[in-house]
Amino acid sequence: MYVIVVGGGKVGYYLTKELLAAGHELVLLEKDPRRARQIADEIGSVVLGRDGCEGSHLEEAGAARAAIVAAVTGDDEDNLVVCQMAKHHFAVPRTIARVNNPANEALFRELGVDEIISPTRTALAAIEQDIPVHELLHLAQLEGGELELVEALVEAGAPAIGRTAMDVHSGDCCTLFSIIRGDRVLRIRPDTLFLEGDKVLALARLDCEGELRNQLIGSGTGEPSAA
Amino acid sequence: MRTIIVGCGRVGAAMAERLAAAGDEVTILDTRTEAFDRLADDFPGKAVRGDGTDEDVLRRAGAEGAGRFLALTEGDNRNILAAQLAVRHFRIPTVVAKINDPVRADAYRALGIAVICRTSMMVEALAGFVGVPADDDACQVLAPVAPVETTDEEA
Repeated sequence: MYVIVVGGGKVGYYLTKELLAAGHELVLLEKDPRRARQIADEIGSVVLGRDGCEGSHLEEAGAARAAIVAAVTGDDEDNLVVCQMAKHHFAVPRTIARVNNPANEALFRELGVDEIISPTRTALAAIEQDIPVHELLHLAQLEGGELELVEALVEAGAPAIGRTAMDVHSGDCCTLFSIIRGDRVLRIRPDTLFLEGDKVLALARLDCEGELRNQLIGSGTGEPSAA
Repeated sequence: MRTIIVGCGRVGAAMAERLAAAGDEVTILDTRTEAFDRLADDFPGKAVRGDGTDEDVLRRAGAEGAGRFLALTEGDNRNILAAQLAVRHFRIPTVVAKINDPVRADAYRALGIAVICRTSMMVEALAGFVGVPADDDACQVLAPVAPVETTDEEA
């Protein structure tokens, strides 16, 4: 499989090494000529000292026959442009972008980036598992990131306490399906009453997470809701 | 009418002054505070330090409900990202991105963004001046060649 990697930073460098070791045909575009030479010295002649944002350089690198273009520079705007040029100009079947600002994820998907790698979100998710925050805990992404499996801890003073699942449920953009209460796992029915200490598991569309958080946890601490 | 300008370089600053003089409510952004030295002391608009490719920064700068958005930084890709945020997330009706690489400028016109390309403008202007055939149409803001499809987001 022919892969074009754009960006010869740490991510691009190790990605390139791993893909070569796995036997893929590959070219790495790195716009800084010094860095490009340095990488070429270490891993061979698969490096082009070119800016992958330029249409002509992507063409030179064989974008028209690439199965995958992976844009992994440290700049979101560059990664977006690489993927859009690859997709719309060269009809590359699969584009992958590294996204540093998690707020850009939705836009990138909407603009045709097939796969998002988000180091910020990955680190955030790992931290959230360990530190109690008044936020939804993200357990998993489904449907290419459209849906999130989340957990909400109902703490003292939370708006959900004493309300039923029917009152909290907000339309067809999310579903509350289970409560972890002490050592019991309960299925949520419309008349299930939330208690302090409940851990509520829900599957939610990204755009309805804010609403879900407000209803279950409240917006008392941290950033005010963007909505 | 509210106008957001990203990038307070020579062009950004001069446009900000011009639009403010015409009665627009202008907010200009730049990542460097020194850039605002280009604005006159009595500039009536707002100058906000911040990254115009960051959705939160744009929202705080009043992008929601703005009528015009001009992405005029020195980075083509930053302008492209900012302009697409303006079109997609803030639904601003008039959005222009400065894209100095003619190939990228063409590509993004086809993706629904109005562009201004300094390279093409200067080449055509100079060609006209020295008397070789020039394409005068390139010397202006070029409207998108395809409208932005916005159906997926309403779903």
